[in-house]
Amino acid sequence: MQKNVLEYLEKTVISKPHKTAYVDKETSLTFEELYLKSKSIGSALSKRHYKEPIVVFMGKSPKTITAFYGVLYSGNYYVPIDEEMPYHRIELIFKSLSPKAVVCHEEQISTLNDFSYQGDIYLYENIIKTEIDQQRLDNIRERQIDTDPMYIVFTSGSTGMPKGVVASHRSVMDYVDNLSEILAFDENTVFGNQTPLYVDASLKELYPTIKFGSTTYLIPKELFMFPLQLVGYLNEHKINTICWVVSALTMISSFGTLDKERPKYLHTIAFGSEVFPIKQFNLWRKALTDAKFVNLYGPTEATGMSCYYEVNRSFELDEAIPIGRPFNNTDVMLLNENDQLAKDGEEGEICIRGTSLTLGYYNDFERTREAFVQNPLNSHYPELIYRTGDIGKYNEYGELVFVSRKDNQIKHMGHRIELGEIEMAANMAPDVNYAVCVFDDQRKRIILIYTGEATTAEIADFLKDKLPRFMIPNRIRKIDDMPFTSNGKINRNLLKEEYTRR
Amino acid sequence: MDIIVEMLEDLHPEVDFEQCSSLIDDKILDSFDIVSLVTDLSEEFDITISVEELTPENFNSAKSIYEMVQRLID
Repeated sequence: MQKNVLEYLEKTVISKPHKTAYVDKETSLTFEELYLKSKSIGSALSKRHYKEPIVVFMGKSPKTITAFYGVLYSGNYYVPIDEEMPYHRIELIFKSLSPKAVVCHEEQISTLNDFSYQGDIYLYENIIKTEIDQQRLDNIRERQIDTDPMYIVFTSGSTGMPKGVVASHRSVMDYVDNLSEILAFDENTVFGNQTPLYVDASLKELYPTIKFGSTTYLIPKELFMFPLQLVGYLNEHKINTICWVVSALTMISSFGTLDKERPKYLHTIAFGSEVFPIKQFNLWRKALTDAKFVNLYGPTEATGMSCYYEVNRSFELDEAIPIGRPFNNTDVMLLNENDQLAKDGEEGEICIRGTSLTLGYYNDFERTREAFVQNPLNSHYPELIYRTGDIGKYNEYGELVFVSRKDNQIKHMGHRIELGEIEMAANMAPDVNYAVCVFDDQRKRIILIYTGEATTAEIADFLKDKLPRFMIPNRIRKIDDMPFTSNGKINRNLLKEEYTRR
Repeated sequence: MDIIVEMLEDLHPEVDFEQCSSLIDDKILDSFDIVSLVTDLSEEFDITISVEELTPENFNSAKSIYEMVQRLID
């Protein structure tokens, strides 16, 4: 029985050693190179025994992926940190982890020194030359089990502290195997990766690539501003499969790109975690009549994605594409306010059951217990379910549809964001008395409204160090007084109405 | 030109758009900004910005955006 994701790579390197695995502008790695380099890294990192997860602090590159696998060879689990994350967020993550080992390049060392990191630093360029200690790697593997942790990725937390979700080999293998079946990946799949490596969305390309011996192109980020060049890139590299956030797809369709240049090799398009405007979706379907379009849905806490819907009919402009049905080996229960199964057509909270559940939040038993709970329908033995906080229902076709959120969480540019985290950061800015965030669902804009002496430029500057790019408000507005409701709370509805009006 | 600088400042109040001529090269604008900007420019000047106009050169400075708009108005 497979117990470790590296077994995907170990099988593929035998049949396709010289095929290209991952490519970007500067680096291209074959499966053999990937295999040997990650074992070297694993041999270097396992000379000492680290209890804490190992941070991989590198940009987006095939080298970073090699470092991930290297950490896994050492028997440890990795935490991807990207240089494009703001300084303050990296600091918070370091605080939450207290890591003792970091893999990075020369250029990240000064940042590490800045927040007085005391642990070991491994330079990628050095450790890929370490002699492989096969005996030690074998011993490590022998002792490992499939529910050992594999990575931590951080998601937005409403208290201002990002939450580190810990996934295991088991949950990732369950995800990769079932996703691959749904999207029919194989050795001929050529992926065009869009999502950053520090979010679980990139699992969709990373692990199927080593499972099947496919190839993944890491698309340069700047191309996502210039749709014609982007489609040119897809055609140049004969990319046939993409799993992108909706905003990347609509960027192409909304400028009429598909009439000028068609991505002619594309046959599988997966998207998710946001509503796909039907007008835009229809442009895609018209341009690629034979392609398979699949909507994916799922929380990071249940490893990547949990539900899928393969589009097989046309939609009205005001309809939402369903999230469909759970993956094989995953179960979705809709629980109503009394923690009972929602009746036909009734709304309920989407709760997930299955091996795909992650292990919980790192160093945070309290928030783990709130979200990963005993199945309320089972009072006989321990059984965890994950409460997503998303409200859903079944439509007339028996397909699951997403209705709304229970709280202040939004989806923006494919990222899950707690508006509370942005407010928390803005309230820390000098000369800000009170800051409130609302989301314009129509225009997809985060709007920050504040009182105080600070100028909008000062706040924007301040937030750049505190928050990731995708959480920076798209509009900042100053007002004289905050409106309050009759029971003394900030009147968010009024603010939202006023600032999202067309 | 002033209107364009204002639009840019609305997106990034902290940047000096009169001076900067590497908005794309220095990653000051991202894809969200471009979409937002194209929508605002199309509405404000009643122009259609076709996909061929979406190039790094056209969006690298307030001036190059201004020149593109002028061209499309004529």
